Amino acid sequence: MNEVIRLVIYLVAIIAFAALNAAYLVWVERKGAGHIQRRIGPKEVGPYGLLQPLADGAKLMSKQILIPRGVDVPLFMIAPVLAMVPAIMSFVTIPFSETLVARDINIGLLMIFAFASVNIMALLLGGWASRNKYAVISATRAVSQNVSYEIPMLITVITIVMISGSMNLNEIVMQQTNILKWYIWPWTGNFLGPISFLLFFTCSLAETNRAPFDLGEAESELIAGFHTEYAGMGFGMFFMGEYANIVIGCSLITILFLGGWQCPFGLFPGIHWFLIKLYALCWTFVWIRWTYPRTTLWGLLNLSWKYLIPISLVNLILTAGLLKVM
Amino acid sequence: MTLLAESQLHETFELNLGPQHPATHGVLRVKLTMDGEYIVKAEPVLGYIHRMHEKMGENRTWAQFMANVGRMDYLSAMSFNHGYVALVERAMGIEVPERAEYLRVITVELNRIQSHLLWWGAFVLDLGGFSPLLYAFDDREQILDLLETVTGSRLTYSYFRFGGLYNDIDENFVDGARAFIKRLRSRIPMYHDLVTYNIILMTRLKGVGPISAEMCRKYGATGPVLRGSGIQFDIRKNEPYSVYPEFDFDIPVYHEGDCMARYMVRMDEMEQSMRIIEQALDKLPDGPVKAKKVPKLIKPPIGDYYHAVEAARGTFSIRVVSNKTNKPYRMKLRSPTFSNLSLFEEASEGMLLADALALMGSLDLVIPEIDR
Repeated sequence: MNEVIRLVIYLVAIIAFAALNAAYLVWVERKGAGHIQRRIGPKEVGPYGLLQPLADGAKLMSKQILIPRGVDVPLFMIAPVLAMVPAIMSFVTIPFSETLVARDINIGLLMIFAFASVNIMALLLGGWASRNKYAVISATRAVSQNVSYEIPMLITVITIVMISGSMNLNEIVMQQTNILKWYIWPWTGNFLGPISFLLFFTCSLAETNRAPFDLGEAESELIAGFHTEYAGMGFGMFFMGEYANIVIGCSLITILFLGGWQCPFGLFPGIHWFLIKLYALCWTFVWIRWTYPRTTLWGLLNLSWKYLIPISLVNLILTAGLLKVM
Repeated sequence: MTLLAESQLHETFELNLGPQHPATHGVLRVKLTMDGEYIVKAEPVLGYIHRMHEKMGENRTWAQFMANVGRMDYLSAMSFNHGYVALVERAMGIEVPERAEYLRVITVELNRIQSHLLWWGAFVLDLGGFSPLLYAFDDREQILDLLETVTGSRLTYSYFRFGGLYNDIDENFVDGARAFIKRLRSRIPMYHDLVTYNIILMTRLKGVGPISAEMCRKYGATGPVLRGSGIQFDIRKNEPYSVYPEFDFDIPVYHEGDCMARYMVRMDEMEQSMRIIEQALDKLPDGPVKAKKVPKLIKPPIGDYYHAVEAARGTFSIRVVSNKTNKPYRMKLRSPTFSNLSLFEEASEGMLLADALALMGSLDLVIPEIDR
């Protein structure tokens, strides 16, 4: 019975955490964009515009859900749900601190990537069901982008798994007790070290469809991409899913390379360290988005197939060799 | 034709880019025939905001038409006004005081910088970089404030009059213009660092959308598009008007013909415009800004008149036939982007959608001027 209560509490907490993060990352994004662009950003609703996400949410929820003529209604309705659910599911295995983890399962890493793949389905179905040419182009772009970036990402993950010897995220974190033992460093066995970190970071940008890899929703080419036809909360779900995915991606980077909830100096480990690292990375996502122009699809695929995949493969082989020697 | 080739022939689809689309910056519609993400054929469809300016010209008095000219290309309204007043002055044989000509050049060049800044922001926005737009607007705002103090208007000025200007500048204008030039000079290197030499932008622009000099001649392209393709042609140098011959400035030319070349031409032109303004401010003579003997009723002698000016996007020229009444008998306007856009169909053939939009952005389209 205790177990059931625990899970219900975790379920509610995770949904709240995901929604809150999605909402307030939007605020951070808008405020950050404002300051990067010499503007103020949202300021009207609440102090510093802090209630803006609530106002936005209320607006989106009160809007009519328009279903254009000719769309594939079941798929059209399912797609936004598919965008949000996998992101929330992925939180289940994320260790926020040593004890704060909903399900401490041994294949946590695998599960997250399985759910990340479901997320692509949302974009594909949303684009396909919309019966809009722009949406279909966007969906094909998003899928080819996600597929080609999952490969270097997974190869890098395999490298980390080889070093840690575990797919349990909490165990991976426990091994990185201080800053010198983080898997970002070559002497832990990760041969290319920081390069593989950057590689994983780039892949996360592409996986979450963020600028400069936001080809799926390149507004100057494809209007709004796969969610062109979505109004109200349909769009809201895609939007929240995107930000929830950013949180998941940054959590993974934190856990795999930056020691998760461990303190860099071995003092007072806990959730605060996890959140500091997580939000620093999230801010980097925002920062990059408002700095760089967008790449083209071919440039993006070239980057993956010509550079990232070979580098990650080389890293895999060299790491395997290094681990044999160590 | 084999069955396979035939089946592939029908695997194209039509995509309506516009009339409402974020990349067209107005109500331009481009009918695209696409093969996947490749463009098989791009057909610009015009006329969504056609207002018959030429016909309106034949039904308004000479002075009344002034306001129309500025509303064609709202981003370089000053140059367009200049073209029109210079035409009427040529027809009437009105001598313009020197101070007025200098002030015309200063305001026109400020207007040109303003137009190029806006283009720069909007172009990078087309390429997905949002932040530069706000920086461009920040700078542009300074010019608009400056021009507002003398002309009373921020976009469509109608500042020039036949034989001079509406009013003289105030004492703050000269200092303000100098301060602005100093400010922009310090900011352009930053823009180059942040945007131009950004590796993503370079790969998106270099070698993309090449337009040959041959193609420019064929379609009558002018302005930065022509100069980006290696032809040194600028009305200010080739058919000098106003007091331009008195200034020392260069015509930037790039030979690659790609989007990057057109981008660099415009960036360099801002610097050249600043040079012109500086020289004009130094040499600014005293005197009246309005010619003494301008008739109240403009009735140019019977004849056929033509005048061309270099607007921000290329050659703007007007030809009118006068029958010595208070209205023009016939009027023909030649606006630069209409010709520049017409080469889009040939230039974009076989391009990717994303690259074609970069090409379209680099043409610097202002739709009301295409449709007139």
